[in-house]
Amino acid sequence: MNAIPQPINPAKLVARQQVALQDADWVRWSLIAIAVSFISLFICLPLGLVIFQAFSKGVVAYWSALSQADTLAAINLTLLTALVTVPLNTVFGVTAAWAITRFDFKGKSLLTTLIDLPFSVSPVISGLIFVLLFGAEGWFGEWLMAHDVKIIFAVPGIILATLFITFPFVARQLIPLMQEMGTQEEEAALSLGAGGWKTFWAVTVPNIKWALLYGVLLCNARAMGEFGAVSVVSGHIRGLTNTLPLHVEVNYNDYNIVGAFASASILAALAVVTLILKSALEWKQGNR
Amino acid sequence: MLTKPLNTPLIHRSVYLLGLLSLCLAGSVSAKDYSILNVSYDVSRELYKDVNSAFTEQWLKQTGDQVTIQQSHDGSTKQAAAVIAGLEADVVTMNQEPDIDKIASKGLIRKDWRTHFPNNSAPYTSTTVFLVRKGNPKNIKDWDDLVKGDNVVILSNPKTSGNARYSYLAAWGYALRKPGGSADKAREFVTQLFKHVPVLSTGGRAATNTFIQNNTGDALLTFENEAFLIAKDLGADKFDVVVPSTSIEADHPVAVIDPVVDKKGTRKVAEAYLGFLWTDAGQEIIAQHHYRPRNPEILARHADQFAHLELFSINDIVPGGWPEAQQIHFSDGGLFDQIYTP
Repeated sequence: MNAIPQPINPAKLVARQQVALQDADWVRWSLIAIAVSFISLFICLPLGLVIFQAFSKGVVAYWSALSQADTLAAINLTLLTALVTVPLNTVFGVTAAWAITRFDFKGKSLLTTLIDLPFSVSPVISGLIFVLLFGAEGWFGEWLMAHDVKIIFAVPGIILATLFITFPFVARQLIPLMQEMGTQEEEAALSLGAGGWKTFWAVTVPNIKWALLYGVLLCNARAMGEFGAVSVVSGHIRGLTNTLPLHVEVNYNDYNIVGAFASASILAALAVVTLILKSALEWKQGNR
Repeated sequence: MLTKPLNTPLIHRSVYLLGLLSLCLAGSVSAKDYSILNVSYDVSRELYKDVNSAFTEQWLKQTGDQVTIQQSHDGSTKQAAAVIAGLEADVVTMNQEPDIDKIASKGLIRKDWRTHFPNNSAPYTSTTVFLVRKGNPKNIKDWDDLVKGDNVVILSNPKTSGNARYSYLAAWGYALRKPGGSADKAREFVTQLFKHVPVLSTGGRAATNTFIQNNTGDALLTFENEAFLIAKDLGADKFDVVVPSTSIEADHPVAVIDPVVDKKGTRKVAEAYLGFLWTDAGQEIIAQHHYRPRNPEILARHADQFAHLELFSINDIVPGGWPEAQQIHFSDGGLFDQIYTP
């Protein structure tokens, strides 16, 4: 690459762009058709089917399935899990992103790799890690038993597993952005006499807020939807340690199709709300 | 190992917070409310739903105490592993002895658990039968018919499911005991049988779902109670039960998890709960769910809803009983591993 870019003739550029945009009609239409049919086949159809099955025995059956004690307990547990893990991971994510993009230290690249670890290992393995750590025969098992602290097969285990699985979302959103931003604005604030805390709130947060919110939304979606890791540490106690995704499976295996799909429809609705919020954020960000 | 540096700070911070949280949850239970957890196998869901409500009512009348019975279901061997890993079950209700022996070997159940209750601590039995599509289009009548032509047979994984271990041993016993049968012939037959099995699921219920929801397979091998549940209650117009000439008697034993009930102070209610299974009321519920009750009168009253066939026990086909069957057939590298190649 040359150090100084060659001047480009703007007219040429426009012409090139037009050529690119003027793919033959059949190319354009077939690409659109492929995309649309793919989305309808693999997203709209299953989503419609969930709703259809949930209401297959009428609104009353749907409502009574949702108002079962076990279903309500599953909804509560799912919300509690998200309520604990999302704020914690937001704090951890910002801390990690800050550490990685603002400081130089030994093992930085190792830390960056480790943040991605929950993405790269299978959720089942993530769950098993906690069984190996906190199970009765695990590293801390004896100590926990002696002190009567329940982690695995109880709410804390479910929260821990979810925390682990959703750890990367916020940090992954922030790191590239904060790297790109550099430290100039913060240095300016500091040199003008602002303290560290004030700099963070007045300079850093406004710059990263959209990416942060986006990361929080993704984190939340996964926290509510996680199945594999939670399934390993749950113990499947009805009305106690079943989250919504697990409750869907329990109902399905009980031949309670309406119950299974009614619970699934709640999960789907939560996902749709998340998607709408996400699109709204993207749209807002695009307008800036 | 890689996870340690990442996890340790999370764990330290969260343990305190979550410990507090669980304390809050535990504190909300009042003194006279008992809550016991029954960890069970996959296809006992409907049975224990009814047993639990009947027992709860009886216990309230008898003692004035409210008892809540929580349920957890999955493949029986997976459930035993969870109990060993710390799932705090007050009682386990399994479908065969090895799973309870495994838990007992870790000191969680007393070694002589078989003498804790009558009938070797097994309140009911079942057996392995076939479920086929309505009208039996493939004309499957006995074990030999399963391996004919391109018949597809569905069952769960003998490694994780007690239900499937009985199916496997029933097939083995059939070939071993028939005129001219031998261990070699039995091995050949079971090898043939598993060539007709396209997929193995973890638990018995998952296998049923493969058969009835996904419409896969010509015959499902499962417990009599599961087959009748489907054929009578859920799909009378879609499935038929086929009773083979002979099959295995499947004891379903139960046990109390001693350290848990002693710690929680639930021994009395847990023992009464399992004891309830032998009462007339309990045996009646058992029979209604197509399990074979131990009480001869109640069994006779429901005789028409059980298959009539010649039953053999595990000791008839494996001299050393379950420990030997486990060793020869289902251990890692055992006969099942040798004959089943997916």
